[in-house]
Amino acid sequence: MLPGSAAPAAGSGMFVPTQTVGTVLCCICGVSMQPNPANMCARCLRARVDITEGVPRHAAVVYCPDCASYLQPPRSWLRAGPESPELMQILLRRLNRPLARLRISLSGAEFVFSEPHSKRLRLKLRLRREVLHGVVLEQTHPVEFTVHDRLCDACARAQSNPDQWVAVVQLRQHVPHRRTFLYLEQLFLKHGQASLALRVASAPGGLDFFFSSRSHAARLVDFLTTVAPIRTQTAKQLVSHNTKSSVYNYKHTFSVEICPICREDLIALSPQVSRDLGGLGPLVLCIKVTNAIALLDPLTLRVHHLDEKKYRAYNFKAALTSKQLVEYIVLDIEHESPEITVDGSRYQLAYAQVARASDFGKNDTMFTVRTHLGHLLNPGDLVLGYDLYGANLNDDDMDTAMMRHSLPEVILVKKSYEKRPRTRRWKLKRLPVEEDGANKAKGEEEKRADEYEEFLRDLERNSEMRFQIDLYKDDDYRSEMASTIGDDIPSVPIEELIDDLSLGDDDEEEDGEDANAHAGMVS
Amino acid sequence: MATRIQFENNCEIGVFSKLTNAYCLVAIGGSENFYSVFESELTDVIPVVKTSIGGTRIIGRLCVGNKNGLLLPHTTTDQELQHLRNCLPDQVVVQRIDERLSALGNCIACNDHVALTHPDLDKATEELIADVLGVEVFRQTIAGNILVGSYCAFSNRGGLVHPHTSIEDLDELSTLLQVPLVAGTVNRGSEVIAAGMTVNDWTAFCGSDTTATELSVIESVFKLRESQPAAIVDDMRKSLIDSYV
Repeated sequence: MLPGSAAPAAGSGMFVPTQTVGTVLCCICGVSMQPNPANMCARCLRARVDITEGVPRHAAVVYCPDCASYLQPPRSWLRAGPESPELMQILLRRLNRPLARLRISLSGAEFVFSEPHSKRLRLKLRLRREVLHGVVLEQTHPVEFTVHDRLCDACARAQSNPDQWVAVVQLRQHVPHRRTFLYLEQLFLKHGQASLALRVASAPGGLDFFFSSRSHAARLVDFLTTVAPIRTQTAKQLVSHNTKSSVYNYKHTFSVEICPICREDLIALSPQVSRDLGGLGPLVLCIKVTNAIALLDPLTLRVHHLDEKKYRAYNFKAALTSKQLVEYIVLDIEHESPEITVDGSRYQLAYAQVARASDFGKNDTMFTVRTHLGHLLNPGDLVLGYDLYGANLNDDDMDTAMMRHSLPEVILVKKSYEKRPRTRRWKLKRLPVEEDGANKAKGEEEKRADEYEEFLRDLERNSEMRFQIDLYKDDDYRSEMASTIGDDIPSVPIEELIDDLSLGDDDEEEDGEDANAHAGMVS
Repeated sequence: MATRIQFENNCEIGVFSKLTNAYCLVAIGGSENFYSVFESELTDVIPVVKTSIGGTRIIGRLCVGNKNGLLLPHTTTDQELQHLRNCLPDQVVVQRIDERLSALGNCIACNDHVALTHPDLDKATEELIADVLGVEVFRQTIAGNILVGSYCAFSNRGGLVHPHTSIEDLDELSTLLQVPLVAGTVNRGSEVIAAGMTVNDWTAFCGSDTTATELSVIESVFKLRESQPAAIVDDMRKSLIDSYV
């Protein structure tokens, strides 16, 4: 059809006579047919022209039997199940170039059944190609792939030396308790940071993570810089090197040390540090540890954030830690100023009259102290605090502070609740950590269990900390009815809990959790 | 009888030759094979003339003619014009016309009585055609194509048109031309009929790619099987002699 000779449009008002297409004889076989651009009947076309000429009928594909993955040249290995769409994609990619060169397009492909042990994969392709004056022909074409077995690099390395690691992250914190590591463990689980680790082993003072590549270890270290105040040192050791290709194999070690100041630590600042931080009172409480330490002066309600580098410059230690908290009973409370919000938390200055719980019935020892917990305390409450009056400290800064200022006798830290063994509605997942059997001391197990219980109680109390980690609904929970009514014991509201997907298999549980992780999140 | 030939290994015969009932024009080729085939078929019956038009060899598509006359485009040189006037019989009026569409062979298809032309042809040219060739002129399209001279070939006995021509069109054309028409192909499925073959009342020449089916269709529609050249030309001679007298 030439331009300018188009038929008038049907709705344009002109009379368009009906056009019946006549029949023509096929130029090869003489059978009567409708005219087409080649003017040959379909059978003659198909007989004369084989569009699959030049398309490969056999090809090879490489498979790793250990991890069930197929090689995509030159170097990547892709996991694909038998007769899955990923496998189809891999096989079709092998055929892409010859098909494109012949200007054949693929209109469909499907698997033809072959025995799984036959090492042959069969595909039936539907190819489409333009021949002779614009006629497009479609034809099916079977292709057979031979499967060659070969261990992929990762499996080969794993098989030759199962304990082989290339990088290790040694996470340490020089404090007697393991609270930080419990919290970090939950963070790792939530962000999936430990999934790449070959092994996690516990060491005195911390954890060791073993990785098969340096970049994985570096990733974990980068994550740690964002969640904890750490200091890193790297070292590497030459394992082997190939003189011809100049490839060096190293073992890398990342020594990560977490700052020893933890939450609820009492610190006495030296006068120089106190001056540097803007006159922050000599006694400060550490209230939050992220990648910076938040220090609260309980008497002036000022919070200062100290990042890792600055801390290293001063390098002060905690004078009293949460192990040394003593229980007090509040006798009277007198609010001094209204409730204020500092750095996201509420505080209120108040004068409290407290007595040690051990002293309560026996003698009249009372202390009047200024505290920042005015908004929480009522007479008759149990409170935990640091006993500076009766403490025997080995701290130069504390001595200097005592000489220069008059220190309060008690610093109240947190409210305490009736200790009751009760079941919880929620539970946590744990990282699979290899215990170091040789270094076990007597009574360590019990200590660990206590610490874990403390940690769980801490979680209940602290919603900020809860926000960072995943809590799962415990299906075995049976609520204790009467006792929980009228209680102001902090507990985790049910909206914050994630439904734990358990499909029977441990591995699948992990996958399920990842998939579910964002489904039931806290709004 | 239909013969299969090639011009310098090319199957588009109708481009390089023009066959009518009174004469045959052939392009000048490197070898004499093309000319000799025509010669062997047509000597003693009608003159076979080797020529060029405007210096080109595509004479079949540039000129149009029948037994009464021959029309040449304005690109024809004077020498060629004179040569043709000399070689062709005197009854044939050789005329050079001034027409914007200079490929007259593509624009006009004719036999001894009727001509189909390109719809955009000049009125003056149309009159000239009617005059020189002695035919009735109809402006038509074939299967929506305006180059009627390329997509159909007809003689006084029958005609072959573009394969996509609808049945209504076929009937209409057949009524106009008063000859039986068939839609078909030439040269193994080529739709450009007039470029692939050339035909007169008793013989036809097709490109060598033409399949047996196509050849049989051509022979049947142009009624070439029983025809003998002598019989037809004798008829013509009688009428020619009549006109002298």
